[in-house]
Amino acid sequence: MSFDVSVHKRVRSAGREFVLDLQFKTDARRTVLYGPSGAGKTLTLQAIAGLLTPDQGRIAFGADLLFDSSRRVNLPARQRRFGYLFQDYALFPRLTVRQNIAFGLQRGWLNPSRRVAHEAVAHWLQVFELTEVAGQRPHELSGGQRQRTALARALVNQPRALLLDEPFSALDPELRERMRDELEQLLDRVDVPMLMITHDPADLARFGQHRVMLREGRVSEAGPLSPGAGHPAV
Amino acid sequence: MDSSAWVALALSLKVAGWATALNLVLGVAAGYALARTRFIGRDVLDALLTLPMVLPPTVLGYYLLVVVGKRGWLGAWLHETFGIHLIFTWQGAVIAATIVAFPLVMKAARAAFEGVDPKLEQAARVLGLGEVAVFFRVTLPMAWHGILAGVLLAFARALGEFGATLMVAGSIPGQTQTLSIAVYEAVQAGQDDQANLLVLITSLTCIVVLLAAGRLSKVRGGLP
Repeated sequence: MSFDVSVHKRVRSAGREFVLDLQFKTDARRTVLYGPSGAGKTLTLQAIAGLLTPDQGRIAFGADLLFDSSRRVNLPARQRRFGYLFQDYALFPRLTVRQNIAFGLQRGWLNPSRRVAHEAVAHWLQVFELTEVAGQRPHELSGGQRQRTALARALVNQPRALLLDEPFSALDPELRERMRDELEQLLDRVDVPMLMITHDPADLARFGQHRVMLREGRVSEAGPLSPGAGHPAV
Repeated sequence: MDSSAWVALALSLKVAGWATALNLVLGVAAGYALARTRFIGRDVLDALLTLPMVLPPTVLGYYLLVVVGKRGWLGAWLHETFGIHLIFTWQGAVIAATIVAFPLVMKAARAAFEGVDPKLEQAARVLGLGEVAVFFRVTLPMAWHGILAGVLLAFARALGEFGATLMVAGSIPGQTQTLSIAVYEAVQAGQDDQANLLVLITSLTCIVVLLAAGRLSKVRGGLP
């Protein structure tokens, strides 16, 4: 169970050119990709998830090759089996909590019905204490309930790993600390490796067993982070 | 009660219904393509496809005659290959109404698709959905409100279509004489009673359409 990532990608936005050129390997259960905004963290996460195609490189998870430009391998996002937690959760606004969680279980061209009954959905509703709000829409939920719904939606598909995109950056500081506690407890309960990207040193200290420091599209430093090592200067 | 008025109403509804159904497919497809693909000349294509909204209907009618008329390149081919005549038929009226109302659906659909958060589509892909499923389960439901508004406007516009229809389909009672054309004919012929009846029917039909539209958008708003 390990990420082996090597990505080269040239992107142009608003007249500026940005070059992502990085390699890292990790077999830790919790890895944090850390760096200032604009360092290429989100691009890296999208490349791993299959939402962005690198110009060159190789991306593997464990024994599975997901992308290899030299061998013309490029698995679409739907076949990579990652759970992706978006920065603002990206819950489907017109679906209820239950429908959101069941979303990935249902194949075909129709969304799950409001009364969708599925063992796995019921399980995650219960584990994440969402049973009471199962019939509500995302805009009716608290921040914590939204995060748990997004996590449940990802976990119900039995992903091989969780990819977390700045999970607390949109929150005010007080709530951020609470949500950090909550996410840590939730992650302790599920046995899925995770890769988080963040620009917040507190996230790095809390979740980073293995850290990869990014700067201007490159890895500036990487390695295991011993508990209590504090906040490394970047 | 003059039954020809009801025949005209039925014909108007038939023509507008077909034109709306065609635009639901064509307009949504064009709006999606313009919103999601980048190519050289996209803005020019958008402008060309919007032309029917601003051109005088008579000019459109003339273009249509040139294209699907007996000597038009498409019309001649249709006639020789399938024996199909479009001029002076209700199908010709459908084509005229479809083209006139098309930009209303396309514009609304393009704006609606551009307003859909791409993150929601990405979330669906990561959750295992293919592109067609993403379209029908995420993109289309998110854009549906905006599209529906355009579709209802298109129906109303098709119902009121006059100029292009008259040039392409003419004014044959019971075949191509829609409500709006029948009103014109009645006034021209000095049949004030008939004109009054037709105007009343037209107004009532429009009110019913508007009420139905309001009702429909409320029901849709309650669905996921």
